[in-house]
Amino acid sequence: MTDIAATHPTQHGSHPGGLARWLTTTNHKDIGTLYLWFSLVMFLVAGALAMLIRAELFKPGLQFFQPAFFNQLTAMHGLLMIFGAIMPAFVGFANWQVPLMIGAPDMAFPRLNNWSFWLLPAAACLMLSSFFVPGGAVAAGWTMYPPLYIQGGIAYDMMIFAVHILGLSSILGAINIITTILNLRAPGMTLMKMPIFVWTWLITAYLLVAVMPVLAGAVTMLLMDRHFGTHFFDASGGGDPVMFQHLFWFFGHPEVYIMILPAFGIVSTILPTFARKPLFGYVSMVYAVASIAILSFVVWAHHMFTTGIPAGAQIFFMYTTMLIAVPTGVKVFNWVATLWRGSITFETPMLFVLAIVCLFTVGGFSGLVLSVVPVDVQLQDTYYVVAHFHYVLFAGAAMSIMGGIYYWLPKWTGHMYDERLGKLHFWLTAIAFNVTFFPMHFLGLAGMPRRIPDYAPQFADFNMMASIGAFVLGASQLLFLYTVIKCVRGGKPAGDKPWEGATTLEWTLSSPPPYHSFTEPPQIYLEAPHGHA
Amino acid sequence: MMRRLALTGLLLAPAHALAEMALNLPAPATGIARDIIALHTFVLWICFGIFLVVFGPMFYALWRHRKATGHVAATFHDNRRIEVLWTIVPIFILVSMAWPATQLILAMKNVGDSDLTIKVTGHQWQWEYEYLDDGVRFASLLATPRAEIDGGHPESAHYLLEVNRPLVVPTGKKVRLVVTSTDVIHSWWVPALGVKQDAIPGFIKEAWFRVDTPGTFRGQCAELCGIGHGFMPIVVEAMAPEQFAAWRTEQEGAAAKASLSAQAAANAVLSLDELKSRGEKVYANTCAPCHQPTGAGIPGAFPPLDGSPVVNGAMEAHLNRVFNGKPGTAMQAFGKLKILSDEDIAAVITYERNSWHNHVAAPGNIVEPADVAAFAAHQ
Repeated sequence: MTDIAATHPTQHGSHPGGLARWLTTTNHKDIGTLYLWFSLVMFLVAGALAMLIRAELFKPGLQFFQPAFFNQLTAMHGLLMIFGAIMPAFVGFANWQVPLMIGAPDMAFPRLNNWSFWLLPAAACLMLSSFFVPGGAVAAGWTMYPPLYIQGGIAYDMMIFAVHILGLSSILGAINIITTILNLRAPGMTLMKMPIFVWTWLITAYLLVAVMPVLAGAVTMLLMDRHFGTHFFDASGGGDPVMFQHLFWFFGHPEVYIMILPAFGIVSTILPTFARKPLFGYVSMVYAVASIAILSFVVWAHHMFTTGIPAGAQIFFMYTTMLIAVPTGVKVFNWVATLWRGSITFETPMLFVLAIVCLFTVGGFSGLVLSVVPVDVQLQDTYYVVAHFHYVLFAGAAMSIMGGIYYWLPKWTGHMYDERLGKLHFWLTAIAFNVTFFPMHFLGLAGMPRRIPDYAPQFADFNMMASIGAFVLGASQLLFLYTVIKCVRGGKPAGDKPWEGATTLEWTLSSPPPYHSFTEPPQIYLEAPHGHA
Repeated sequence: MMRRLALTGLLLAPAHALAEMALNLPAPATGIARDIIALHTFVLWICFGIFLVVFGPMFYALWRHRKATGHVAATFHDNRRIEVLWTIVPIFILVSMAWPATQLILAMKNVGDSDLTIKVTGHQWQWEYEYLDDGVRFASLLATPRAEIDGGHPESAHYLLEVNRPLVVPTGKKVRLVVTSTDVIHSWWVPALGVKQDAIPGFIKEAWFRVDTPGTFRGQCAELCGIGHGFMPIVVEAMAPEQFAAWRTEQEGAAAKASLSAQAAANAVLSLDELKSRGEKVYANTCAPCHQPTGAGIPGAFPPLDGSPVVNGAMEAHLNRVFNGKPGTAMQAFGKLKILSDEDIAAVITYERNSWHNHVAAPGNIVEPADVAAFAAHQ
């Protein structure tokens, strides 16, 4: 044993400083930090693209951009937000929190962990630089449907390679997380005693391993069609353009849950803390997450109700989609029951989480409306869908990330964030979000298609409202950046456990935790499932 | 300043502006569209009920169970009975939605017993309609002038939702659509009819509608299809069967007349200036979105025409490209698909060969309608 320790100098706190520290680090906390900063940068970049979109849509007529560039904005906004901002942010949380919450010294494969992260900047460079190649960036939507995707220029190949790299990073990260959770839990922490956040990530990681290869395969087939004379998606050679949609959404729907299940985990962690009451229905929460994950593999064609799939397929996919409302409902009911007869306070993380419960439910309702095939026929590819997935992905995923940041930042940095600024950021975000996206429901119902650079005047009022909301929403995120930087640089000492109601293992450590924590496994005293003791 | 004006405008939004802010699906013109609205309303009421049931207790708890009021937390964390209850009850609610939805799906998919079949073909970026029973066929494209869009000041009454030739259908008849595309995926959507059907290249998909009363119904392409996606509207004009019959006869007469006048036009010899001025208009509406008004194209996406070897080379090759298009790209077969007349093709080619830095030497700089007709005859 002494030999091993001798060959691992970093084991004892001597690690390189400066840039080399970040390039060579195998420490889960460093890598978690890298993931989170990377995603924050991508969030601001992709958000800036959204500002340009809303500027062009401020009023009818083409004011700033030609359609060719507008289409690049919408496609790249989606791709960068999903693959650059949301997914890496949750992997960042997993890196920081999973080892701390299960009492592990680090991730199972620390070097692999380093590589999983450093693949991301390479992919981001490919994606961002594609704006400057001849023809500009990808303008065929984040969904990359052929044959439109086949028509594009060199940027479309760069995007395919970027997706390959991002997929590789996700798969390696997911394998690491699964292995860590299954093998490195502290003695006594059985699966059903794990914190719910760890459960949601375990299931998410399985989803990633299952579907990222499907996406990689689908985009490789696009590449083959583009350059090597195959006709996978070209009817003139015996292929089928709709086949791509089946493959894409077989990835794409589980992908939606990849972005929302860890958010559920964060909500289910923060809510009990500030209600000072154990999570209601822990076991049914775990089963609900697992059911959602399994159902996510059999609902994909609900994105394709207007492609002309037969009635039988429409009916099957409508039923399975509706069924997802059951476990999702269970989660929401459990959250409300957790609040019931608690002792509730409203710190910034709690405000975010309460907003998520409300707004995500609105997104769930619009999802239910869209699951009904005849209604979906009217709403497919309209602004109603844009409203729906922003209620789920901004108000669900992105706001849970913000809430999680405020919740754990005191632990990670050792400083309390500025509560006044945090609350201001919350209220600006929550109000501006609704001003931006709620009117989009009406735009979609009234018949405005998505992904158009210009629109008929009857849509003008709600578009202007949405644009004003979007500008406030965008500006508010600079306040978020400021508040985070301020907290990292200093602030009131947080103490080991700033939140009275917190129960998970990370709060037994100092703030910030030592560079190497839980080198000795902690004792788990919990008799019942986590937090129920 | 503009922002402030806009804000003030928003706050002072008068009643008539609010009247324009449609909050629901457009007024239905078919039974299916009416049923869809009813179904949507039903689902919305269910959502509203669940909303009250969920958020009533939640906000009650947030108000009464605050620490600030001295509320002490309970410790319960499980209740098997209530958990089973809120798993089972939603299933029954879902069944109540699924049942009428299933009925409506089957009705929407029942394309049998149609009175009339129209083939709808999506092109980048216009719709082509062909009445399969008698072969009447025409392209329908955006009528809003390009300058109005680029100028940023919409003036037309139906800005972006107007076409040169609407699809004409009879009321009270079951119209079956067979929908396809020649390039990328488009989607034919008219909200008032309750029809949205993707146009998939290489495949034929079906849809149907039966319009109750005469009227004009507007829609748009609903699937991203490139830079013209926002600019390929759909207009359907429904008229009483007698009027429709008259319209049809008129079309046949018009077709015959058009072929006569086309022959006349094909024989006409136009001057360079006549061709150029006509060609400039055709170019602005049809070619400029991709190749740009300056002929510079968009590097990497759409090739430049200014200095292009095709434009400056042999007339035959240039004509071939415009007439037959370039498969796999947004360049349409403008002649073969009859999107442009012989005269228009001649004019636009002549315009391109004599504009920007292109100065093709005579006689190769002029293409007459007769040349296009001769080329077409060889196809």
